[in-house]
Amino acid sequence: MSDRSQLIITGKPFAFDTERDAEFERLVKRYPIRESMIMPALWLAQDQEGWISGEAIEYIADRIGTYAAKVFELATFYTMYQLKPVGTYHICVCRTLSCWLREKQELVDYLRDEIGILPGQMSQDGRFSLEEVECLGHCGTAPVIQINGEFHEEMSVEKLKMVLSGLE
Amino acid sequence: MEVKILSEKFDIRDAHLLEVARKHGAYRTLDKLFSMKTSDVIEEVKNSGLRGRGGAGFPAGVKWSFLPKDTDKPVYLAVNSDESEPATFKDRYILVRDPHMLIEGIIICCYAIGCHDCYIYIRGEYTSQVKILQAAIDEAYAAGYLGEAVAGHDFRLDVTVHRGAGAYVCGEETALLESIEGKKGQPRSKPPFPAVVGLYDSPTIINNVQSIASLPFIIDKGAQAYRAYGTEKSPGTHLFGISGHVEKPGLYELPLGLSLMDVVEKVAGGVWRGRGLKGIIPGGSSTPVLTADEAKTATLDYESMAEHKTMFGSGGIVVLDDTVDMVELVENLIYFYHHESCGQCTPCREGLGWMLKIVKKLLAGEGTIADIDLLVELCDNIEMKTVCVLSAACTMPVRSYLNKFRHEFEAYAVDKDSVQ
Ligand SMILES: Cc1cc2nc3c(=O)[nH]c(=O)nc-3n(C[C@H](O)[C@H](O)[C@H](O)COP(=O)(O)O)c2cc1C
Ligand code: SF4
Ligand code: FES
Repeated sequence: MSDRSQLIITGKPFAFDTERDAEFERLVKRYPIRESMIMPALWLAQDQEGWISGEAIEYIADRIGTYAAKVFELATFYTMYQLKPVGTYHICVCRTLSCWLREKQELVDYLRDEIGILPGQMSQDGRFSLEEVECLGHCGTAPVIQINGEFHEEMSVEKLKMVLSGLE
Repeated sequence: MEVKILSEKFDIRDAHLLEVARKHGAYRTLDKLFSMKTSDVIEEVKNSGLRGRGGAGFPAGVKWSFLPKDTDKPVYLAVNSDESEPATFKDRYILVRDPHMLIEGIIICCYAIGCHDCYIYIRGEYTSQVKILQAAIDEAYAAGYLGEAVAGHDFRLDVTVHRGAGAYVCGEETALLESIEGKKGQPRSKPPFPAVVGLYDSPTIINNVQSIASLPFIIDKGAQAYRAYGTEKSPGTHLFGISGHVEKPGLYELPLGLSLMDVVEKVAGGVWRGRGLKGIIPGGSSTPVLTADEAKTATLDYESMAEHKTMFGSGGIVVLDDTVDMVELVENLIYFYHHESCGQCTPCREGLGWMLKIVKKLLAGEGTIADIDLLVELCDNIEMKTVCVLSAACTMPVRSYLNKFRHEFEAYAVDKDSVQ
């Protein structure tokens, strides 16, 4: 999201749960070098916690046998890794060409007016966070958004209202 | 106009499941494949004229033959499923609707090039898609199509999915390799080319998903059957993605060589809302725009696009109606490439940022005619002066808008009255 400079230390230890541990062990055998596991491990950590803490970075570095700085470097280069908590519902609106042509701005304006969040922000109750992202590979059904990774295509303000009211 | 070669199983329910896919012919080429000499497989693919569908259009069989003949290193295949070029959404259909066609293609390619370890690099945003792909791979392992002995033959093949995490530049083949190696996605200088020094310093072939998925048909039916579609120099079919201002946007499999306007009007239902046509981007956002006039004579193949001074690209066609403000469009485009620059070359990292600032200044009503010329000058100073072509993927189209729609830029300039 917007500020990528800070690593948050939670004060709580981090470790993969059993399921993710098993996935780590399955994958590590597939690569000739352990550094190739940094990205998959970051995904596993984010999948488990919703975001990546300072402790998770340290844990991954230890587990792989590399420097925490190297893990941190990748966690900042690749924009999908979240270095701070996101909302219960993390909304990504595609801002690129085809979605822009099919009026994605109406969706962003609606979210600003109704939920009161701008791209890069989280609502005060922590329910929603919003991010504008680049082409999501669904241009033929533009405009598109993702909520917690799930795609919603051929969006309109009407449809967005329905999707949002369907959330718990 | 539509044909069904790659999309044969797209409308069949649950064709992503092995049982259903097999009922409709998945993996039927394998017996034939393993009875062929590897050199004959490469020859067949060369004869088919299949050109890389990732954007550059390089002949697939020819690329494979660049691998060193004797090497004591392993040979790798990296399947490019990064699909991040704006207006491109074709590979996703293969991943979701017919992943076994891709796996079968991978087996064919790996057998031909002597590869036993394949990585599929899939963009991070494809969350549900990666699950479907992984489930298909798991099923293929369980059925013995992958693993220690592919389809009972003395041939090991492991396929591993590597997820990206939101970096367009990782679609560039060497950035993709860096990413698999656990580094930032920063492209390498070439030469050496990946076929010689690629993944983990070993010979590596990188091919697009659609290129690989085209192989089962070619091996099953033969090169001539593939050449029955398309043109002499652009044979076969392509999954065209049509987006933007048309009535029926979507994915359409068409033979190469059709008239662009016929496709826009008859297949995609024409310009939406009864509006006029301003221009067409023929092959993804990186390809120079065609004016409505130029579009009339263009056909959807590599040669015609080159004659029209643009590119076939990824086959992502974007239709622009007559309400589009080209200056705003260019702002949207430059923002994308600037955001996605990996940062290692100054002309790209800084130059695209300057271009964005100038366009914003114009839009704010504070730019001048000299600023428009400065944009062109920046394009000259950025292009071909960087490690990879991401920067040119921005300057080439921007230049086309500046050339063909210059009056729109001038209309924003404070000193517009100085223009005759
Ligand atoms: C900035 C940039 C982004 C690219 N993105 C993709 C992509 O998302 N998918 C793809 O297949 N090729 C992409 N390419 C092209 C690849 O570098 C490479 O040419 C291609 O994957 C080779 O496969 P093919 O020969 O089968 O087309 C990109 C190239 C550049 C310079
Ligand atoms: S041209 Fe841009 S994206 Fe490509 S290597 Fe240079 S800085 Fe990175
Ligand atoms: S431009 Fe929005 S999904 Fe491609």
